[in-house]
Amino acid sequence: MHPALLGLITIIAGVGGCLGYFFLSNLVLDKVLFPASGPNAGRNINRANLVRPWLFLFPAIFALGLYLAYPVFETLRLSLTDRDAGGAFVGLDHYRQMAAEPKFWEAMRNNMMWLIVVPAASTAFGLMAAQLTDRIKWGNIAKSLIFMPMAISFVGASVIFKLVYDARPAGQEQIGVLNAVWLTFDGGLWSVLALRVVPAIVLLAFAALMLYALYAFLTPVFRPQASHSGSNWLATLGRIVGSVGVAWLAFLSARSLISLFTMSFPYGEPQTWLTVPFWNNFFLMAVLVWIQTGFAMVILSAALRGIPEETIEAAVIDGAGPFDIFFKIKVPQIMGTIVVVWTTITLVVLKVFDIVYAMTNGQWETQVLANYMFDKLFRANDWGVGSASAIVIMLLVSPILVWNVYNARKEMR
Amino acid sequence: MSSIAGSKSGLTWAVHLSVIGLVLLWLFPTVGLLISSFRTADQIYSSGWWKAAFTQQQNLVLRTKAPSEQGQEGDLFVISGNIFADNEANSDATIVAWGTSSRAIDDYVPGDTADMGEDGKLTVQANGDYRLENGTEFSGSRGERVFVTANTPPDFTLANYERVLFSGSGTDSMAKAFFNTLTVTIPATVIPIVIAAFAAYALAWMRFPGRALLIAAVVALLVVPLQLALIPLLRLHLEIGIGKGYLGVWLAHTGFGLPLAVYLLRNYMVGLPRDIIECAKVDGATDFQIFTRIVLPLSFPALASFAIFQFLWTWNDLLVAKVFLIDATGETTVMTNQIVELLGTRGGNWEILATAAFVSIAVPLIVFFAMQRYLVRGLLAGSVK
Repeated sequence: MHPALLGLITIIAGVGGCLGYFFLSNLVLDKVLFPASGPNAGRNINRANLVRPWLFLFPAIFALGLYLAYPVFETLRLSLTDRDAGGAFVGLDHYRQMAAEPKFWEAMRNNMMWLIVVPAASTAFGLMAAQLTDRIKWGNIAKSLIFMPMAISFVGASVIFKLVYDARPAGQEQIGVLNAVWLTFDGGLWSVLALRVVPAIVLLAFAALMLYALYAFLTPVFRPQASHSGSNWLATLGRIVGSVGVAWLAFLSARSLISLFTMSFPYGEPQTWLTVPFWNNFFLMAVLVWIQTGFAMVILSAALRGIPEETIEAAVIDGAGPFDIFFKIKVPQIMGTIVVVWTTITLVVLKVFDIVYAMTNGQWETQVLANYMFDKLFRANDWGVGSASAIVIMLLVSPILVWNVYNARKEMR
Repeated sequence: MSSIAGSKSGLTWAVHLSVIGLVLLWLFPTVGLLISSFRTADQIYSSGWWKAAFTQQQNLVLRTKAPSEQGQEGDLFVISGNIFADNEANSDATIVAWGTSSRAIDDYVPGDTADMGEDGKLTVQANGDYRLENGTEFSGSRGERVFVTANTPPDFTLANYERVLFSGSGTDSMAKAFFNTLTVTIPATVIPIVIAAFAAYALAWMRFPGRALLIAAVVALLVVPLQLALIPLLRLHLEIGIGKGYLGVWLAHTGFGLPLAVYLLRNYMVGLPRDIIECAKVDGATDFQIFTRIVLPLSFPALASFAIFQFLWTWNDLLVAKVFLIDATGETTVMTNQIVELLGTRGGNWEILATAAFVSIAVPLIVFFAMQRYLVRGLLAGSVK
């Protein structure tokens, strides 16, 4: 049968089946099992109302259970058993085997870099775009153009950026934008400005931001306020962990600041960007940042509009400048939304597969966990290690999972 | 608010300029691919796409017609024609300089006559018309080499799209993959909506024990990476006989899309006015009637926003299709997979790659621009509290 016809039949059967299921099961419930008439009418109505929610929920619970909940446990089981040995329990053998592979640690290292860079850059660009476009006339057009990459598939974006990173041998006309720009650098004033001064400013700004965050994290720890009575040791712990991370980032940026001025650039030689170890990761990350910035912008811009005008007016009257207003009045008020955006992008990053698969397939030290797992499962056909790496992804996701559930429950109360 | 008198104009300009810069930066890569898809392979390789709108100077090595086509005028043997005759891409180029040896490719200007000794005299005009004459008969099997510096005006072609969409050639054709993608996408968008709508109604407006727990479970499942589901579900599909195919991929997309669908729809339905639903109840409507007649029509915006999400996600998906759909025959390939394969086999053929990528991007972009309002609303409902 032609697949399109099959598709049509599936739509009709699927939708019709669902509607039929809901309609008929309700009918059976009301007319046959617990008819709302006769001697026990009242009791029957109550019983029917006890059962009905489950009729409505059954297909969803079934699908969610089978397609998302069951696989979590099944994958866990697979990672602890050996398929070749007839499913015998092997404990942590697969994890040990995985930990012995340098490719796994490469994937872990890269994933950590992705986890820091992509959410930070997307949120920062998104916040900047949201703030800048908020009050100008053609802001909506600008927004929808920056938002547009959201509709483009990771694979499509990979093709787009492969053209940007394209390299041809020296002497030929470059057709990749990045190399065309690169070849205009010759060690003169313009190159020093673009390759050393501007990155240095960005790094300095980042380091300063991190130090500020460190300060913000640690102040409440050393000056506990009396009003915050009760058990907030969890918050204190979170703050200490956060400040260690932030301090590490500040140290890293300071270190790269030094290496920025000591390293020499290969001017005049076209670079095959995707094969330069370590740095090629950033060229892959740029693709995801390009896609996710629009998302961050849309949500943050809605949050910015939700800020009460009075707070800003008060700040203006008190003589605050535009930068003060932005960083001291607006950003603190939308901190909650920033965290939501950050975690949402973090989730996307943890699952990133298509970009790496399409652009480098993990070669040249660009492996990430999701692609490593795909490699193990479908190329090496090693279900044990593949499942183990899937569980590692799950473990990395689980703090966000707990946090989301915690917040959702808090809201419902 | 920063518009206090005095501080305005300078800052406003800076804002406008930086927004323009940001937008250009974000558009630049996509525009590059779009323009490349309208250029011939020769043009793509001879210059960057950002120069496509300008006249380009190219150095070409061309040949006159072979001696076998010579004619005789009096006692002169003549070969004449247009130097671009075999080079369609440059048919409207203008020659600015030419030469007869590789060491001096710009010896002559159009209209000049080059004396090549016993090889004869060659005259080349700006439009490529040439005349090669000699007192003795031309011999040899190939024509005279001519080195040409030509200005080619900008030129765009639809040939790439014709090739990718209608040529029917196995590897380049996206037509089949396009329809396969459509076949995957539409049921995978419609079915989860129906299932999720009922569940969302139950979670929003029905009272039963365990409701809070279920909502928490949905929120938890929202972040479960679908990577975990690949092996167990593929095994399940193979065991119960679905195997790799459309049915499997529809079911998988339905399962993976449900948490977001239930979450979005429930959040929206909870916000519907309680009065309407209670009035209907008092009037004797059953839950089924309330749902189909009142709640479903009122929830249209949320349904639309989820539909767009799911559509974009299933259309752009590669992983799920690779695992649950595409078998060894490759008959059921989808566009994303086709493009990845093109990247492998035709990594250098940018005219094919760019066009194929644009064919796959076009539909989501149309949906995006047509229904952006709902997409934004859905995003906000999903994240801002």
